[in-house]
Amino acid sequence: MTFAVEFTQVSRIFGQTRAVDNVSVQVREGEFFSMLGPSGSGKTTSLRLIAGFEQPSTGSIRIFGQEAAGVPPYERDVNTVFQDYALFPHMNIRDNVAYGLMVKGIGKTERERKAEEALEMVALPGYGDRKPGQLSGGQRQRVALARALVNQPRVLLLDEPLGALDLKLREQMQVELKTLHRKLGITFIYVTHDQGEALSMSDRVAVFNNGRIEQVDAPKLLYTRPKTTFVADFVGTANVITGALAERITGQTQPFSIRPEHISFATTGELPADRLGVAGEVADVQYHGATSRVEVQVEQKLFAVMVANQDADDHALPVIGSQVQLSWPVSAMVMLQAG
Amino acid sequence: MRFKRSVDTGQPRAPHWLKGLAYGGLVFLHFPILMIVIYAFNTEESAFSFPIKGWTLRWFAEAAARQDVLDAVWLSLKVAACATVLAMILGTMAAAALYRRVFFGKDAITMMLIIPIALPGIITGIALLAAFKMLGLEPNFWTIVIGHATFCVVMVYNNVVARFRRIPHSLVEASMDLGADGFMTFRRVVLPQIATALLAGGILAFALSFDELIVTTFTAGHEKTLPIWLLNQLTRPRDAPVTNVVAMLIMLITTVPILLAYYLTKGTESVAGSSK
Repeated sequence: MTFAVEFTQVSRIFGQTRAVDNVSVQVREGEFFSMLGPSGSGKTTSLRLIAGFEQPSTGSIRIFGQEAAGVPPYERDVNTVFQDYALFPHMNIRDNVAYGLMVKGIGKTERERKAEEALEMVALPGYGDRKPGQLSGGQRQRVALARALVNQPRVLLLDEPLGALDLKLREQMQVELKTLHRKLGITFIYVTHDQGEALSMSDRVAVFNNGRIEQVDAPKLLYTRPKTTFVADFVGTANVITGALAERITGQTQPFSIRPEHISFATTGELPADRLGVAGEVADVQYHGATSRVEVQVEQKLFAVMVANQDADDHALPVIGSQVQLSWPVSAMVMLQAG
Repeated sequence: MRFKRSVDTGQPRAPHWLKGLAYGGLVFLHFPILMIVIYAFNTEESAFSFPIKGWTLRWFAEAAARQDVLDAVWLSLKVAACATVLAMILGTMAAAALYRRVFFGKDAITMMLIIPIALPGIITGIALLAAFKMLGLEPNFWTIVIGHATFCVVMVYNNVVARFRRIPHSLVEASMDLGADGFMTFRRVVLPQIATALLAGGILAFALSFDELIVTTFTAGHEKTLPIWLLNQLTRPRDAPVTNVVAMLIMLITTVPILLAYYLTKGTESVAGSSK
């Protein structure tokens, strides 16, 4: 099968820095694909490679089976929503949205009708005469989306598009983006450093670290079956146990991860055969509304434990400074590769 | 010694002697210019008596009737226009090439662009004359234009490069992303963004070219631009009133555009970078 986008051993080297380091990945047609990673991990460079703003130093990029090397951005069937929106300040909203159509030589009436349709799609009907400077951040974001989508690209690239918005607006836009994706059925490639965003919106997520991809999986697998210590740590909260402590608990030096919600406090004594555990001292208790987070010091390692507040009234929470026994089901543990 | 503080700003006030010096300096600089303007309307033919005896517009009519004056004005306008257009094209291209990319020799190229304004005109003039001689070019209209372009390019480059640095590069990428090639992107996105800076640079270049004398003396051959005509007038005291009229004309042609350029570039913060 042909993929929407296919990287084969792609590297992008800037001087001494391997911004993208031997990445191979396939993005399926029609999926919502996220590139997740900390800043400087290569996710944005990968997106720019797809858009054509960067050329790979080695390796090959195919877009719908077509080799993309040497194809300039303006000849690619992809459109980008920029992090800073990049609306043209000297044009009104209608001309901004219609820009791609104008460039293609589509007549004025036709392109203005399509621009208005695109603005309706992003819930900004009638905003055509305004200038970008007169719009709020969230509205500019929508215009940027409309400007890309009006060209009916086969792949939409989104570069941290919600980064500059406040939390409420961001959550609302996440829902709208997801709805839009379902409605249009085109491929979305979404770059973000926000793991919550990536998990909630994506069909699949690629986790970037140091220019490499650590893991590509569906959000649920990424969360429940991380492959490396980096992924376990970066995606959600995890207790990643390595070295001597891991050996003391499991008898092996291989690192493992256990999620805070899987750990419970046990009375001291023998653990059942299907559970493992360790003893420590309560360092902190934080109230988070629906849950509480208890931090337990075990040797050098601080374990995070999540307790649901509905079945634990205040008395059930351990007191700071007290000794507790932690335990978790063996089945909830994930063995990891060092990463 | 304590400074009095201004009621409005709370800043220390300057003492009176310092204010006196400052205003005195300004008057000293501009009084001669005022004199030229006044004597352009003087009824007397050659004497510089003060206060002047009477006012007349006669010298304007006389200046307008003299073919040598008209020729010089026309030549200077043509030279300034050509040098400006050349400078606008080259200056913009240089700015576009240099504002973002880092490459070997970039600093040297930037220096070479800027140096003609620092270099004494007499050096530029001699160097150009020698170069034209070597190439076997007789001094003519175009050698004047080339001579002027050397320092006019800088005016445009400096203005445009400053504006370029304020345009988010994502605008260019967005345009390319939406299907526009380099030329289209320049015309539809870059040019509107740099337009006022380009115009301001062009106006400054025009004003600079219009009253340039030193480089021109070397590159003009027997062509007479307006400043050269004026210089020659010094040997003819009987023509003084007409000379004053022409000097006033030069002043108007150069100061008005400079003021215009100032206003064009003043409030530009709201133009670039307002996408964010």
